[in-house]
Amino acid sequence: MKLTLKIWRQASPKAKGEFKTYQVDGISPDTSFLEMLDILNNDLIHKGEEPVAFDHDCREGICGMCSLYIDGHAHGPDTEITTCQLHMRKFKDGDTITIEPWRSRAFPVIKDLVVNRSAYDQILQAGGFISVNTGGVPDANAIPIPKKNADESMDAAACIGCGACVATCKNGSAMLFVAARVSSLALLPQGKVEGARRAKAMVSKMEELGFGGCTNTRACEAECPKGISVAHIARLNREFLSAKLKD
Amino acid sequence: MNSFDSKAPAGDLAQKWSKHKAAIKVVSPANKRKLDIIVVGTGLGGASAAASLAELGYNVKVFCIQDSPRRAHSIAAQGGINAAKNYQNDNDSVYRLFYDTIKGGDYRAREANVYRLAEVSNLIIDQCVAQGVPFAREYGGLLDNRSFGGAQVSRTFYARGQTGQQLLLGAYAALNRNIGLGRVKSYPRHEMLDVVLIDGEARGIIARNLVTGEIERHGAHAVVIASGGYGNVFFLSTNAMNSNGSAAWQCYKKGAFFANPCYTQIHPTCIPKHGDQQSKLTLMSESLRNDGRIWVPKKLEDVKKLRAKQIKPSDIAEEDRDYYLERRYPAFGNLVPRDVASRAAKERCDAGFGVNETGLAVFLDFKSAIERLGKDVIKARYGNLFQMYEKITDTNPYEQPMQIFPAVHYTMGGIWVDYNLMTTIPGLYAIGEANFSDHGANRLGASALMQGLADGYFVLPYTIGDYLSRHIQDKKVDVSNPAFDEAEKAVIDKINKIFSIKGKQTVDDLHKKLGNIMWEYVGMARDEAGLKKAIEEIKELRAEFWKDVYVPGKEGDFNPEIEKAVRLADFLEIGELMARDALNRNESCGGHFRVEYQTEEGEAKRDDENYNYVAAWQYNGSDAEPTLHKEMLNFEYIKVAQRNYKD
Repeated sequence: MKLTLKIWRQASPKAKGEFKTYQVDGISPDTSFLEMLDILNNDLIHKGEEPVAFDHDCREGICGMCSLYIDGHAHGPDTEITTCQLHMRKFKDGDTITIEPWRSRAFPVIKDLVVNRSAYDQILQAGGFISVNTGGVPDANAIPIPKKNADESMDAAACIGCGACVATCKNGSAMLFVAARVSSLALLPQGKVEGARRAKAMVSKMEELGFGGCTNTRACEAECPKGISVAHIARLNREFLSAKLKD
Repeated sequence: MNSFDSKAPAGDLAQKWSKHKAAIKVVSPANKRKLDIIVVGTGLGGASAAASLAELGYNVKVFCIQDSPRRAHSIAAQGGINAAKNYQNDNDSVYRLFYDTIKGGDYRAREANVYRLAEVSNLIIDQCVAQGVPFAREYGGLLDNRSFGGAQVSRTFYARGQTGQQLLLGAYAALNRNIGLGRVKSYPRHEMLDVVLIDGEARGIIARNLVTGEIERHGAHAVVIASGGYGNVFFLSTNAMNSNGSAAWQCYKKGAFFANPCYTQIHPTCIPKHGDQQSKLTLMSESLRNDGRIWVPKKLEDVKKLRAKQIKPSDIAEEDRDYYLERRYPAFGNLVPRDVASRAAKERCDAGFGVNETGLAVFLDFKSAIERLGKDVIKARYGNLFQMYEKITDTNPYEQPMQIFPAVHYTMGGIWVDYNLMTTIPGLYAIGEANFSDHGANRLGASALMQGLADGYFVLPYTIGDYLSRHIQDKKVDVSNPAFDEAEKAVIDKINKIFSIKGKQTVDDLHKKLGNIMWEYVGMARDEAGLKKAIEEIKELRAEFWKDVYVPGKEGDFNPEIEKAVRLADFLEIGELMARDALNRNESCGGHFRVEYQTEEGEAKRDDENYNYVAAWQYNGSDAEPTLHKEMLNFEYIKVAQRNYKD
């Protein structure tokens, strides 16, 4: 396959970025999207040009390190996958592909396609946990948990923290990310204990870090690589409201 | 003083850990506040250790190369975590888990360590549940289990096909809580490039800020290495792209012994390589072998037709299929340990029965499981794995069998540690995959997660106190000490030297060459001539790297190419030590298979008379040969035997 790539290049956080156009040739349809970028980079280095910086690590859709806004979609045109799982057979020979970084106030660009997502860590540090120390906990089977709740909790816990929801949201809201964590823990008896406190702490941290509010467009759900449902946002709102009522 | 004593306690096996805990010293809360600990890596070992140590009251600094601690490669573990809970009433016990692990490791692990691992396994499950890890449950609300290779009981706890992710999110949440409370300082996008010793003891690290390129000094009273394994020496592996052996390797070059480097795990169920543009290999969880059956055609003419795409696998009649694991190992069937399953796949492919164009693939088939249980049950158990397979290969595994082939997955070898998990350098610890201690020559499935969390939650927090109790009077480490000057200068010189080469080959060009040498001669089957050749070829390639590598860009910038180059420089040394260790070990055991040493049936043939030891290598300088130290293994409780998975 022969492809034209329009890629966002930006030397540093403060530098002015621009799109640059590149050609790649001889790409197999079985190649992954990031392998295609590897090939581009190897060519660029051989030509003495600087390669395109992009984040990636596990390349099996679980670490959440890869990002990329491809032809106007977070993680590209396929559904329920991350960019590293996207394969070139989803494109046609001769296509032009536009590649941008996540664009959000809360995720500033570090270089080219790499952004700083440390705001996500800060939200979780504010309350995305159950306050137990190591040791001194009850037997794992001491508290039976209905299978349905455990399954639903797992659905929410599948979030990989990639930031696609924020990049997709017109408000740059992190509601789906926050809701996934709050909901996952609120569904379990051991997480219920500090549920309201958790919701309040995480939401206020999210607002403080410059993420926007949720206006229920559901764009996040459509682009989430793990198919996380906006129903979790409703559960977050319930937890949040109960925290406010207790104030 | 460096010490090469396992410190494994004497006495009754089941009492060793309790007695040891009672005998070692503790540090009072008031003194813990004065002590600093550095943890390098935030996978299951690093994150759990950092959180637990912080809760005890130590000041912790934690470093990871990813943009968030949550992305460490433990996140990618799929299948599960073992524990001896015996919730299934199938006669499991701490002893049975211990026995299976020693046997699975082909009798090359330390008894005391493995027993302790089995003993604390149950605490891990309790801890994870308390943290909110959503393990799979039965309708009654209790925890569900499944089976993994090398075991005849169901002791594996799991969270769909994302167990590593859920366990890591649990440990990461504990870490986050402690970061939020100010007990841990986190340094993401930082890479440790050297360990600093003062008067022979570990007192800090030199790290590179990967965003700015700045070189930083960090001092502490103890340093914990939790940086994972070195499987990426093969270029293609199931490891994450950025996984590397450099942190551990710097410890080796500063005097820590490196143990059993040749023990590499080749995982039997990975998606086969598609071509030369491939950057990494994707694992399909071992849990699939609970319900999937592995086969190749019995007739070569069917193989030919499959490769020519004249027939589909489902067209081949039941009686024309060779379920070779069930045929060769009736007692364990498809759930034999990984090394056995991998070699059996290689044997069939070498005999010409490989089912794809490259001849390097076998089938993993769910047909009979779908008939027996229904598609919905299979989907509930493995849905995400099936989806992943379909996205990568464009084939629907509900309709046609998966194609799989072995790939490099895990390194049992690593930094040598004693029973306290301390290396031969005082104050320097190694945990998780970065150490060598618990899996012998072959790790059983679902045991890596168990070991990482055992070390981090329940072993290191106890044993590190014994060392630190002797340092409660020590002041904060002064990073202006000449030892830091020297280490920092060496790091900067190395980076500048790599930039200055300006050769013609990229880092990836050279890394692929190394990978080819390693896979060819130090992969699934090794022999004397090949290993000698590998050592020479790696030396030549190393020289080529230092003459001809080209790294674009500049220092003092976000530059992934220089990161990769620094790591490759180390892989080019690690590969040689792996080949050297494999050459020294004139026997086959677990993941180390020397073709000269096999039984008539093609099974690994150990030599207990001469090789019943841990090979611990000591660095002697870049051109000098390393010195081999032997830690003899004493099996007091287990009768050493030829592994048998047939009956």
